[in-house]
Formats: sequence, C-alpha cells, structure tokens
Amino acid sequence: MKLPVLDNDTSLATSEGCQSSGCGSSDDSLTHLPEEIRNKVANHPCFSEKAHHYFARMHVAVAPACNIQCNYCNRKYDCSNESRPGVVSEVLTPAQAVKKVKAVAAEIPQMSVLGIAGPGDPLANPQKTFETFRRLSDEAPDIKLCVSTNGLNLPASVEEICKHNIDHVTITINCLDPKIGAKIYPWIYWDHRRIRGEEAAAILIEQQQKGLEMLVERGVLVKVNSVLIPGVNDQHLKEVSRVVKEKGAFLHNVMPLIAEAEHGTYYGLTGQREPTAAEVEEIQNSCSGDMNMMRHCRQCRADAVGLLGEDRGEEFTLDKIEAMEIDYPAAMEKRAQVHQEILEKLDADSGAAVQPQVPAASRPVRMAVATKGQGLINQHFGHAREFLVYEASPEGVRFVNHRTLPRPYCEGGDTCGEDAESLMAIVIRELQDCEVLLASRVGFEPWSALEEAGIQPNGEHALEGIEEAILAVYQKMQAEGQLQAKQPSLQTA
Amino acid sequence: MAYQIVDKCVNCTACEMVCPNDAISADVNQFNIDPLLCTECAEAFADPQCTSICPVEGAILDELGEAVNPPGSLTGIIPLVAA
Repeated sequence: MKLPVLDNDTSLATSEGCQSSGCGSSDDSLTHLPEEIRNKVANHPCFSEKAHHYFARMHVAVAPACNIQCNYCNRKYDCSNESRPGVVSEVLTPAQAVKKVKAVAAEIPQMSVLGIAGPGDPLANPQKTFETFRRLSDEAPDIKLCVSTNGLNLPASVEEICKHNIDHVTITINCLDPKIGAKIYPWIYWDHRRIRGEEAAAILIEQQQKGLEMLVERGVLVKVNSVLIPGVNDQHLKEVSRVVKEKGAFLHNVMPLIAEAEHGTYYGLTGQREPTAAEVEEIQNSCSGDMNMMRHCRQCRADAVGLLGEDRGEEFTLDKIEAMEIDYPAAMEKRAQVHQEILEKLDADSGAAVQPQVPAASRPVRMAVATKGQGLINQHFGHAREFLVYEASPEGVRFVNHRTLPRPYCEGGDTCGEDAESLMAIVIRELQDCEVLLASRVGFEPWSALEEAGIQPNGEHALEGIEEAILAVYQKMQAEGQLQAKQPSLQTA
Repeated sequence: MAYQIVDKCVNCTACEMVCPNDAISADVNQFNIDPLLCTECAEAFADPQCTSICPVEGAILDELGEAVNPPGSLTGIIPLVAA
C-alpha cells in the first residue's frame, strides 16, 4: 500500500484547520525547493525529517569557550549522563576530534554529518573549530560539515565558514526585541567588554540578523533554532519565524526550554516552567504558515553520536578509539554505498504517494510508533526510550513530534517490576492524544494498561514501514466505522 | 598586581583566548594566571579581559583575594537560591 506522506513542513490538515498554503498538496516538504537545495539536505538528519530515520550525525566537543550567557545554560558543562544541549563528557582537541570522527564514520556507515555545537559557542573558539573543519574536509571529504552558533561572532566568521565548505549553519535566535532578549541573556562579551541588559541583547540580535543575511547571500543553508520560553518569548516566536524566513532561513526549529533545578541554570533554579508538548506543537503550527518547521529535533548533547534518537557516545571514548583498527579508505567506500542505497530508497518512497481510501470527512487519528530507525516499526515497546507520534487523516500521514521517556519500560532484564507502574503512567500521559501504539511487540502487562487508557496497542505491523502501517491501521479503523464518531474522550492521567 | 584563578574554574578556555599578555595557561584541573605576566590589563583595556568573559562567579580573585565576579553577578542566581 502506497501513501502520501504529508510532510509536517508544508501541510497541516488537522482538526485545527489548514494553516499552510501547501496544505494537502504535497507528499514532501522539500519538493518545492530547488533541486540543488534538496540534494544538500537529502542526507542531513537534522535538516530533513525523512533523512533522520536513516542517517546518523555526530557532534565533536572542541569548543568550550562561550561569549554570552543564556539563562537556560549552566557553563559547568561536564556531564556524562544527561541528554541536553551544552553538556559533554570530554572536551577534545582538534586532532582528537578528527580521529573520533573518522572512527565513528567507519563504524557507523550511515553517518553523514559532523557538527560542532559546543559545549560553548563554536565561533567563540574559531581556531579549534576551523582547524577541525579544515582537517576533516581533507581527510573525510564525504562528511557534511555543520556548525551552530549564538550568532554574536557570526558576521566576523562568515568568510571562514565559506572557505571551509560548511554549507549548513544553525543560528539560535530567541528574539528580535532587546527587551525580551534582556530576559534571556544576562550578558555578552563584546569588543573587550562585558555588556549587560538590553544593550547586550540589542548587539546580539543585530549580529544574528546580519550573520543570517550574509550566509544567505553566499548560498549557505541556515536553520534557525528558537528556545520556547513560556511567558518570555512564546508570543514573539511567530514574528521571529516570519522575519527569518523573509531573510532566507531554510528551516525553523522551535524547541522546548529545558529548565530542571538540578541542571543549575537560572531558569531551572528560579522556577521558570518548561512548555508542554502541546504548547510547543501549537507554536510550531502557528509559525508554520510562514516557515518550514523542524519537528524532529532531539536537543542533543554537544558530543552526541548516532541516529537522532540515540546516543552511542559511550562506544567512542578516546581510549576505545585508540584500540580500534580501522581501514579508512575501505570505510569511505562502504559509506558511499550505504548512503547511495538509503537515498535510492528515500527517492523511491517519495515518488509513490496516493490518497488514503477514506471519506474526506473522516476524523484524524494520532498514533505512536516505537522505532529504532530505518523508517520501520522495529522496536519492542519495553525497549523504547521514545515514541514518534504521527497523525493520519484523509490527506495522508504526517509526523507530529516525538515523546521521550525517562527510561525504557524494561531496562535490562529485571527492572520491569518496581517502577513499571509509574513509568506506565508517564507513557499514558505522554501519549494521551494517541489512540494507537505500534511496536514490534508489546508485553502482556503494558498491553492491558495501554488498552485501559484508550491507547490500542498493535504488534501486527512489526518490521513494516511506519507510514504504510499507520495508513493500514487508519483504513482498518475506517472500515470498522471508527472514523466517523468524534474522538473518544482523552485519557488524562 | 595580578589576578588568580581558583578551583571553581570549569576549564572553558575563554580567558586564555582573550588575555593580551599570554599570562593564562591550562594546568591539570584548572587554568592558572602567571602573576609575573598579569597586568590586570592596565593600559591595554578599560576592563580586565579574563574577568570580562569568565562565566563562573568566584573563579577569579583579585590581589586582595576578593571575587572579581561575586555570586549572583553573572547568572543572576542569588546565592540563597543556588545553595
């Protein structure tokens, strides 16, 4: 069964109505873009939702210094067991970083992208950042290079960025208004001074916008990240989205603020609340009329390794890399072959879209999926650390977002017992808008709990493609008369 | 006249990059300032550079042993809350 995979980036035919001009008309958000740009992002897991099921990325932590303070960041970045931006296990020299990249790219042939994202600001560490890029473009020329920045040093770095063939840049832009900026950034280091308050925010904003314009002028693809901070910039992000799109940014990634007290950040310690998944989705939807939105970001560490939903950094510590024996030329050949196969598969899938066979008035249904990549339902419920949520509607299937668990339901063999009940409550709360859960297998106990909560577990589509399976379930629901009625009342755990 | 870095340092390297006198270098667990080279940036800049970029309150002390960036001055986190 073929289906149209409505991409979240262009089409939003939901019960809230259609908010985008491309509504329902496209099977792929990228189809309206020039071929040159489509080719640039086809294997980039952060710039393309489709690619993120197949291609892996890594960050190397070569850039510890920062030139600003953000209220969501704690500069004591040394942490091995948290998954959030700005933390790393070990800072690397450029030489160590190059070695690590080549080792990972040899062991994980799906790897297509190397990013430098901290743990400070990469462009506040220009020597280390650009030395790493320079050596990698020589020694692993097939790997795409990417950098993310707060933007303060961006205009001064644009020439260097272009020289090193870095064609993907992410700028974190949280606001356009210095009054709002002063609530997010307590200070910046600029022109040999520490500057505070609105004056600081105004300089930062000016540099970000100027840097964005300069990159676009030179044909560099720019993604804009914004941290959604309830009560601070939530109402402002739509304007941010509109302006950065106008200036030529390619993609906007609105991410939820992470503000736990134990992280020691200003927001964490002063009780600034995090947005709910529904709030993030609402802001993403309200921005999407103006902009391609990224919805699959996992807010990864500055030393993350692997597919977006996983972190294999532990397998590639410096001492482990030292012990590896690697045939680099053979690894590069293997990589080329693996990438080609994935791209061919993606290409074949995208050309084969049809409407689901349901009446146009059928209500949309959300389904959660357990996957470990390759676009398949191939994860056991109990092993899933996260679920991907999709929405099926008469227009097709679109990706909504992901929902993360603090740990899998069954961690190891014997820990399903004690905490299982409380973890199940979290699963049910996180998936309260979903009516179906697709996994390769669901155990007896969680099966009953999910069913009781109004989430139908389903193991019949193990190892099938995610979108195909969702479409099949949706059509079956239609055949059984389940799509006419209003959605059953949501379980609120 | 020289500043001193203490063990609150998180090794972020920012001070080393901005010091005009090359007075700052990495040690085993933290960065150190060479008191013979440090001028507190007198005559070079209006403000001492290391203390203008250091993100950690209390990591750099002046010659009297006082924190140049005292608690609360950089993060806005008042010590009572942080404690």
